[in-house]
Amino acid sequence: MGEMEALRKEADNLKDQITEARKVVQDTTLQEAVAGTALVGRVQLKTRKTLRGHLAKIYAMHWGTDTKFCVSASQDGKLIVWDTLTTNKVNAIPLKSSWVMTCAYAPSGNMVACGGLDNMCSIYNLKGKDGNVKVMRELAAHTGYLSCCRFLSDSEIITSSGDCTCVLWDIETGTEKTIFAGHLGDCMSLAVSPDFKMFISGACDFTAKLWDIREATCRQTFSGHESDINAIGFFPNGNAVITGSDDATCKLYDLRADQELVTYQDSGIMCGVTSLAPSLSGRLLLAGYDDFNVNIWDMLKAERVGVLAGHDNRVSCIGVSSDGMACCTGSWDSFLKIWN
Amino acid sequence: MSSKMQSSNNIAHARRTVQQLRIEASIERIKVSKASADLMHYCGEHAKYDPLLMGIPASENPFKDKKPCTIL
Repeated sequence: MGEMEALRKEADNLKDQITEARKVVQDTTLQEAVAGTALVGRVQLKTRKTLRGHLAKIYAMHWGTDTKFCVSASQDGKLIVWDTLTTNKVNAIPLKSSWVMTCAYAPSGNMVACGGLDNMCSIYNLKGKDGNVKVMRELAAHTGYLSCCRFLSDSEIITSSGDCTCVLWDIETGTEKTIFAGHLGDCMSLAVSPDFKMFISGACDFTAKLWDIREATCRQTFSGHESDINAIGFFPNGNAVITGSDDATCKLYDLRADQELVTYQDSGIMCGVTSLAPSLSGRLLLAGYDDFNVNIWDMLKAERVGVLAGHDNRVSCIGVSSDGMACCTGSWDSFLKIWN
Repeated sequence: MSSKMQSSNNIAHARRTVQQLRIEASIERIKVSKASADLMHYCGEHAKYDPLLMGIPASENPFKDKKPCTIL
């Protein structure tokens, strides 16, 4: 038997082993386990603020840590840092490339980052000496669009790209520290674990992968979606992963059981999921869809318990503030809304 | 690319795939009953601190516009 044939056989055997091992620990389902738990009451959130100022579609937003500031990115070529309590624009940063697809706020509050069809991740220093916000670094090496970026600290950032890889960068030197390769399709989204040791990526190969940042390895791969995964996030305790896909569903995967626990779907929902965020306790899942709405799910019972209807176009991004007090949605209608 | 390079690329890719699958096959897994119980426990413990779940009284909501009062 040629080596190629032998390798193919071994790969099939290993896949069967994994399927078997997952079945062995499946002594129940999440649905059975929560049978005695009451459904969360109807969740009705109101728009408290509308952030007006962008002149074109908003593609991304990210809350700062321990703050009511957030950053948004629009294809009007601007990054805006907002004080969501006053709706004031703290910074309006003009971008070299208007084809922006992602933005991120550093946990320290000192920097923001963005990127898109320029294949680069640009880092901006918000706390420069003369008060002007300038480009601090341009991280260039990806051979495809930048779909998502998240800071680990002021010196490290992780990016995901249409070139099917994710990269850990040293911001100081502007170089790649680690390349995470393995996805077979464009990487669309990433999220960092609460302890900053791992990150997860969702891709157009319909899978989500869990990566160990320091070991530079892929630990686990989760399948099940029937189309591109556009959005991904960690359950607040870091033990589970939530994905949102063009197949109109979200899924919850448990990391320690290494399998899908539940799918959030409804026959009435036929459009893709663009974005998602869990509430502080993890009990609620807020997910943005192509049909201009946000659906709120009881994460344990897998039933819809609320809708946020207020945008006049696709909801492209969503985030819950770090103290859980508010949810921010960004839309192709050029507005951001704060809800609670 | 010559067909020899092509096939050695394919073999290299297949080797990497098998190596990755070996890593993923070897992990320790916990029972779904334990995974579910832990998720339920976390939700239960943190529910009372979840403003979007519990609702926020108007007086404690920094985003709620205070309505102006008139002195009669």
